[in-house]
Amino acid sequence: MSDALRVEGLHKSFGKTEVLRGIDLIVAEHEVVCLIGASGSGKSTMLRCVNLLEPIDAGRIVVAGRDVTTNGVDVNSVRRGIGIVFQSFNLFPHMTVLRNVTLGPRKVLHTPASQAEAEAVELLTRFGLADKRDEFPDRLSGGQQQRAAIVRALAMKPQLMLLDEVTSALDPELVAEVLEVIRELAEGGMTMVIATHEMGFARDIANRVCFLDDGVILEQGDPEQIFSAPREERTRQFLQRIIDAGRL
Amino acid sequence: MTSTIVFIALVVVLVVTSSGWPEVKEAFFNREIFRSSFGEIASAFLINVKIFCIAEAIVLVTALGVAVLRGLPGPVFFPVRLLAIVYVDFFRGIPTILLIYLLGFGVPALQLSGVPTSELFWGTVSLVLVYTAYVSEVYRSGIESVHPSQNAAARSLGLSHAQALRHVVVPQAVRRVVPPLLNDFIGLQKDTALVGVLGVVEAFKQTQIDQASTFNFTPGVVAAVLFLLITIPLTRFTDYLVARERQRRQAAGVAA
Repeated sequence: MSDALRVEGLHKSFGKTEVLRGIDLIVAEHEVVCLIGASGSGKSTMLRCVNLLEPIDAGRIVVAGRDVTTNGVDVNSVRRGIGIVFQSFNLFPHMTVLRNVTLGPRKVLHTPASQAEAEAVELLTRFGLADKRDEFPDRLSGGQQQRAAIVRALAMKPQLMLLDEVTSALDPELVAEVLEVIRELAEGGMTMVIATHEMGFARDIANRVCFLDDGVILEQGDPEQIFSAPREERTRQFLQRIIDAGRL
Repeated sequence: MTSTIVFIALVVVLVVTSSGWPEVKEAFFNREIFRSSFGEIASAFLINVKIFCIAEAIVLVTALGVAVLRGLPGPVFFPVRLLAIVYVDFFRGIPTILLIYLLGFGVPALQLSGVPTSELFWGTVSLVLVYTAYVSEVYRSGIESVHPSQNAAARSLGLSHAQALRHVVVPQAVRRVVPPLLNDFIGLQKDTALVGVLGVVEAFKQTQIDQASTFNFTPGVVAAVLFLLITIPLTRFTDYLVARERQRRQAAGVAA
């Protein structure tokens, strides 16, 4: 069985700033990996690279046994199998929730409209959004918008989900409902890579936690070990700052 | 409200009591000539309406095409982008009347087989070329105003560049540029009068003909009234859309 995701020696620069300086990461099927680290440590950039939203400078990314960083790879077909959810939701404001969710299946998977709608309604119902299907995104709360964005990604039936700080733009009281959705996905066996600042959640849900620092994975391991007995001084400092801020 | 009425009344009184008013009235607002020339000018004005409707329909499509070509990504499409830029620079940069003159008189004179020789045709083509350049810039600003994260979200679902444009970026862009788009169409509508230089008997040319026989400027006022009957409602409609868009955004801003 091949790994769901294999990242080898990934380098990425924006201009003269090297954001990723050699990332190596292997994610097994059904595994939930949380990426933690300070803002600017490269978490988001790494996820965007995996989804081919950012061209990489060096290294290899293999998704379900397929090297997606070789020349001539069909980026659209790669992205079809990978769902990504963004910090800022990025729902399409000119479409209803239902249309947001069915756009991908209809246009990319060529699912018949009636079937795409039926599947979308099923997902929306499962995540408590059935009554919002005909609303436009700006009529929804942040938590509802983010759940709709997750449903939009799930509608493509991805093998891998990338979550990029999906609760960072939410009011505190709306965080829980989104985390609940992610928890349900994890229990359902979805392979996920989650960049997050929610340490308690990461500790709770992750099979493995990776601490990113200055463009490399400085330390990774079992959540208990990372949070209670980090090996690296930088990890300790980072977690101490989180504890001082009352976030763990 | 009261102040407005008093102000207008004052202006009217001032104008009609000034010493030169009878001459002005005779030269520009002759009731007889207004009545007698109205029919002819109105039917000539239908040519303007026709040019406007045809040109506008074509420009709406071609301008979007130019804007999309200019936004094609990657080094492969550099020549296409360059072509779009040169096109816009050129046709925005030359006076419209000059292009109408060049194409309207120049091309028919070549007597090429299979090429239309109608002045009306070439006049309309000129307007389409010029306004495609203007309107493509309006579209482009709309496309660029849609946040890149929208494109990223669409592409991450597996939509191609074309699909992302078609379903996500362009629909949002077009909504935002409706007011400036209508603004350009008011301009296009007025510029249909330039086709008169080719001898096409549209409203302005008909005005000149009437003027030459009556030695009076009232026919020009007739033409002006006809243009205003269409442009003013369009202008008010544009203002209304701008106001509505502003309100909508403020409401959205509060919600966010």
